[in-house]
Amino acid sequence: MPTLQGNNLSCVRGDRRLFRDINFSLDAGGLMQVHGPNGSGKTSLLRMLCGLATPAQGEIRWGGTEIRALGGNYFGTMTYLGHLSAVKDDLTAIENLRISSALAGAEIDERKAHEALQHMGLGGRELLPAKVLSQGQRRRVALARLMVCRTELWILDEPLAALDTHAVKLVQGLMERHLKHGGMVVMTTHQEIEITAAATQRLQLA
Amino acid sequence: MFFRIIQRDLLLAMRRRADVLTTLFFFIIVVSLFPLGVGPEINMLRTMAPGVVWVAALLASMLSLGRMFSSDYLDGTLEQMLLSPQSLPLLVLGKALAHWLVTGVPLVLMAPVLGIQYDLPGEALLVLTASLLLGTPVLSLIGAIGAALTLGLRGGGVLVSLLVLPLYIPVLIFGAGAVEASAAGLGAGAHMSLLGAFLLASLVLAPWTAAISLRISME
Repeated sequence: MPTLQGNNLSCVRGDRRLFRDINFSLDAGGLMQVHGPNGSGKTSLLRMLCGLATPAQGEIRWGGTEIRALGGNYFGTMTYLGHLSAVKDDLTAIENLRISSALAGAEIDERKAHEALQHMGLGGRELLPAKVLSQGQRRRVALARLMVCRTELWILDEPLAALDTHAVKLVQGLMERHLKHGGMVVMTTHQEIEITAAATQRLQLA
Repeated sequence: MFFRIIQRDLLLAMRRRADVLTTLFFFIIVVSLFPLGVGPEINMLRTMAPGVVWVAALLASMLSLGRMFSSDYLDGTLEQMLLSPQSLPLLVLGKALAHWLVTGVPLVLMAPVLGIQYDLPGEALLVLTASLLLGTPVLSLIGAIGAALTLGLRGGGVLVSLLVLPLYIPVLIFGAGAVEASAAGLGAGAHMSLLGAFLLASLVLAPWTAAISLRISME
């Protein structure tokens, strides 16, 4: 499995430099937790890693090739979950999951979507429009994507926000299973959470 | 995937019917106001009909442009589209076509009925509808570029009209011109060919340009 590498990354917002000279290398089965106070550039770093933003300096390589050059091939191996859940108010939980999976290049059938939502504790609520779900339940719909995707690299921005302790355990379990099968996870969180992984690294931003 | 996006946008439009109907009623009301304001001078109404219907169609189609990307932008779906392994121009093309099906097609269907208010003869009604059928997809496609560029800006609605309306001018000239030419006995063929050419050119260029604009807006 390819390696994710960041070389001398720096980020500038307006005339403020958020961070500079960030270096890391993440191998199969590796977990990277990004820490730092509010406004230290965690989200900016994650957006760079998934290719939504360009670093002011430095480069990000996947398997030795710059992610810009890889384009769609890189997007096919990566799942990004941002602050925004990408859950549509007017669609039901099941429609949301099926469409977001199709968009990520892995179409799933109704039964599989059903199972994933059930596992995320949304059994019986699959056919409700997302606007009547609570914040935590909407987050669960978004996280159900992790159950059905077959990508190698997960980039998760505050995946545990708004979740109750039971759901936190579920997500923790998902990540551990993914890591055990040789996947990689880059995540930010303000909660204390122990995830067992072959290799865990902490990246501290100013 | 292209069809999944169209299907999704149509489904969303069906669940939010008010948005679709606003555009259509705006079109109907604007077109109906002119005969009331100008008075029942039949010859004058006949000559101004194509221009009025076309300008109203431009404004109505522009009215709904803001929604093309903004709701996806606000809930994070657009980020996921940008990160999709599928080709982004194709997704944008799907969204623009869905926009046309939801806003453009009802206008095309309504135009002959509204044309009767202006006492347009049968042939002119036919040409008007045909010109709208060729022209309104161009409006959605060009509009997609404007909507993508103004994404997330405050007061984007006004800005999008300043950006997009000048680009609509050729469509307006040849769309309204087609009806006048056929009324003058010159035949609408040349105008229709040009509208068709605009449509083909924008089918190829607009999704690609809008996709680049989206990437820039989302940085």
